[in-house]
Amino acid sequence: MKIFISNSSPDPIYEQVTRQIKAQIISGDFREGDSLPSIRRLAQDLQISVITTKRAYEELEKEGFIDTVEGKGSFVAMQNKELLREKKMKIVEEKLAEAVEEARLLGITRAELEEMLDLLYGEKD
Amino acid sequence: MDNAIEIKGLRKEYKGFRLDDVTFDVPQGYIMGLIGPNGAGKTTVVKLIMNLIRRDAGEVRVFGLDNLRHEPEIKARIGFVYDVPRFPEDLRLETIASAVAAFYDKWDAARFMGLLEEFQLSPRKVFKKLSHGMKMKFSLAVALAHDADLILMDEPTAGLDPVFRFELLTKLRALIQDERKTVLFSSHITSDLERVADFVTFIHKGRVVFSAAKDEVLETWGVVRAAGDGFRPEDVPDARGFRRTENSLEVLTSDLAAARRAPLSGAVFDKASLENIMFFIGKGNAHA
Repeated sequence: MKIFISNSSPDPIYEQVTRQIKAQIISGDFREGDSLPSIRRLAQDLQISVITTKRAYEELEKEGFIDTVEGKGSFVAMQNKELLREKKMKIVEEKLAEAVEEARLLGITRAELEEMLDLLYGEKD
Repeated sequence: MDNAIEIKGLRKEYKGFRLDDVTFDVPQGYIMGLIGPNGAGKTTVVKLIMNLIRRDAGEVRVFGLDNLRHEPEIKARIGFVYDVPRFPEDLRLETIASAVAAFYDKWDAARFMGLLEEFQLSPRKVFKKLSHGMKMKFSLAVALAHDADLILMDEPTAGLDPVFRFELLTKLRALIQDERKTVLFSSHITSDLERVADFVTFIHKGRVVFSAAKDEVLETWGVVRAAGDGFRPEDVPDARGFRRTENSLEVLTSDLAAARRAPLSGAVFDKASLENIMFFIGKGNAHA
């Protein structure tokens, strides 16, 4: 598992952990049924608190990304990729809706917004 | 959650210093940092746990046992590391080790030699010839070699270079892979604790300011800053201390979310680090 913790990031460490594990599940680096390192093992590898790691795993569990079996550890939950992609799409949709609302308030036109989007896509490519 | 240490209403009075009604628990399987400025009472708490000084009142339970009535059996399960390691000055490390080994049933000679090698300490070296850092390593090797269930350390990182501090913290993390093991260490170097500690207990002027999960503290406490005089320290909800300079004001709050909602004109909000917290509360002008 590849996880990098940034000390200067404004995001809490547990969020950095959940985000990166989620990304690896969605990208397929982690497959259904794959086992995750134990909470204590991951805490040691990342040199972070056991409580932080525990919280990250709890979040992942709540969102259905992983299952934890008492005494056996945590595994990538059985769910198909389409469902995951749909979840991800929903997040993007919500963020876009937010952006649109903000744009309306500021009187930004749809054309201007599209231009912004084009620009952003161009930058990232 | 089981507790490795339970401290209730602990009191100790010296001339000019009083440890007052100190109460907190150290959960088993975790690392807790005991922080506070110099003279806050950290060493006194550690010494009272080890029964090296007599308490005036209160109760200390280690592994669920009273620390006075069950002193020998408790101490057999504690690896204690002093701020200044004390061993016979003129003896070789191997000689000290064989003497110490006699006190512990669970002494693991092979593990001990392995640790010396890892720490690059020659068993034939004489104790007084070691640097402070090397003495600390030796002390830690002794604590780890008897398979202690609780590692108790007083300012272990003070005076150590960053390389060994990192090594030490890594060792502690590795130790609690076994969830029956617990670590309590006092330190005024908050950066050491910021990442590695699971829980933090903050002592100031002989009293516990808070004892909580470190993440929780780092997520709820904050610093509010503003230029000029848009608001007063007491306008900030849950203000716990402040600093005023000629043209700016900084206020520490234990509820950053509430501070954000408050009408504070021109304020900038930041999360507080353990160092921020220690600084503002240690400075003394707190609104407790």
